[in-house]
Amino acid sequence: MASVLVLLSIALITVYFRESSGGGLHQVQSAGATVLRPFEIGANRVAQPFRDAYGYFAGLVHAKSQNDKLRAELDRLRQQQTQNLSAASENATLRGLLRFVKSPSFPAGYSYVGAHIIVQSAGDFGQQVVIDAGATSGVRNFDPVVSPDGLVGTITKTEHNVSQVTLLTDETSAVSAVDARTQAPGIIQEGPAGMSFNRVTKDQRVNSGDLLITSGWKTPTLSSIYPPGIPIGRVTFVGQNEVDFYKHVQLQLFANFQSLSSVLVLVPKHR
Amino acid sequence: MTLDVAKGAALVFVAVIVQVTLLSDINVSHGAPNLVLVVLVSVALLRGTIYGAAAGFAAGLVVDTATLQTLGVSSLLLTLAGYWIGRYGETTGRDRTHAPFLSVGVVTVLYSLGALILHYMLGDPASAQRVLIEALPFALLFNLALTLPVYALCRRIFMPPPSGLEEVRLLG
Repeated sequence: MASVLVLLSIALITVYFRESSGGGLHQVQSAGATVLRPFEIGANRVAQPFRDAYGYFAGLVHAKSQNDKLRAELDRLRQQQTQNLSAASENATLRGLLRFVKSPSFPAGYSYVGAHIIVQSAGDFGQQVVIDAGATSGVRNFDPVVSPDGLVGTITKTEHNVSQVTLLTDETSAVSAVDARTQAPGIIQEGPAGMSFNRVTKDQRVNSGDLLITSGWKTPTLSSIYPPGIPIGRVTFVGQNEVDFYKHVQLQLFANFQSLSSVLVLVPKHR
Repeated sequence: MTLDVAKGAALVFVAVIVQVTLLSDINVSHGAPNLVLVVLVSVALLRGTIYGAAAGFAAGLVVDTATLQTLGVSSLLLTLAGYWIGRYGETTGRDRTHAPFLSVGVVTVLYSLGALILHYMLGDPASAQRVLIEALPFALLFNLALTLPVYALCRRIFMPPPSGLEEVRLLG
């Protein structure tokens, strides 16, 4: 019985395969398909709600998967945007540094070492930062550190490849400065009321809005560690009373210590 | 006997209609469940070689007719499958719990292999990688998942009615 059915199947295949599309078996098949069609349509109608439900849930799964992919892409693009913004900011800073190096206000007799700030100030116990240039780059203690905006501070510790910069805002920092317009001398220091231009005698003329620059004094035996003419800040308040010997002068520093990322270390050409 | 044939014909017919209208849509890596094959294996296990071969032949004819494929290809494969599983059921497998699963697993693999060879011989585009590596594992999983409910249903449909002359165990 089974062998008869197998032979019959082989015969069907052979005949079907050899005959034309209008042959007898094809016509039988066509008729059979026509008979089956209502059943298929009926089954499809019965199955359609289930198929729709399956399609709906499959669509939800697909949408969820697509949502996850899009979220991942959004995160990646956000990171890229952050990196781009950071690169643009760094580019602007470096352009500023380059402009400063090429400008006439860049001190004569000094070369420079560009450096990035790699450790920011701790804040509570001193205003220091660490830069990625050290003794191997020619940096030494007490070398001045500047930004395109103005004076930043001075090198206070040097290692092979890193150095510590004590900022102007540190209480131990003191810079000899002069009023660029009147040449009134004084010392810029961080005090209880903020940055002050101290030791300005009452006979000196200092007005709000005056530019303060490094004095760069020099005697036969001693000299300031800062070259002359580096911008430091602008006077914001001037006052005096009859009791004190000196004027009360407050200033706003040019260097923005909150967003500082790159600096130049001024290295004397003839040390 | 006539009632059995009618039941078998109806079952196979419904299986083919469900297969070609609904189950062929479920497709994972080209692998789809084959309800006709699972029904055939169940019927053959329960009813033996002749019944299995005849059911396979009929199911194959309906499948090829509905799908407008080369007439006889499915018939040949399903006839052989029905016969062999029927023989297995008649000899050793019928009362064993694992028999339906083992039969469905083996038949699914052999059916895929046989279909590949037949289609290759007929000049149809047949990719062994697609059929045996990509599709077969999923088809196997689908068919094994269908085995338990389908076999239980078939067993219920083809269960012989109580004759009143049940076997009794004599005590003492």
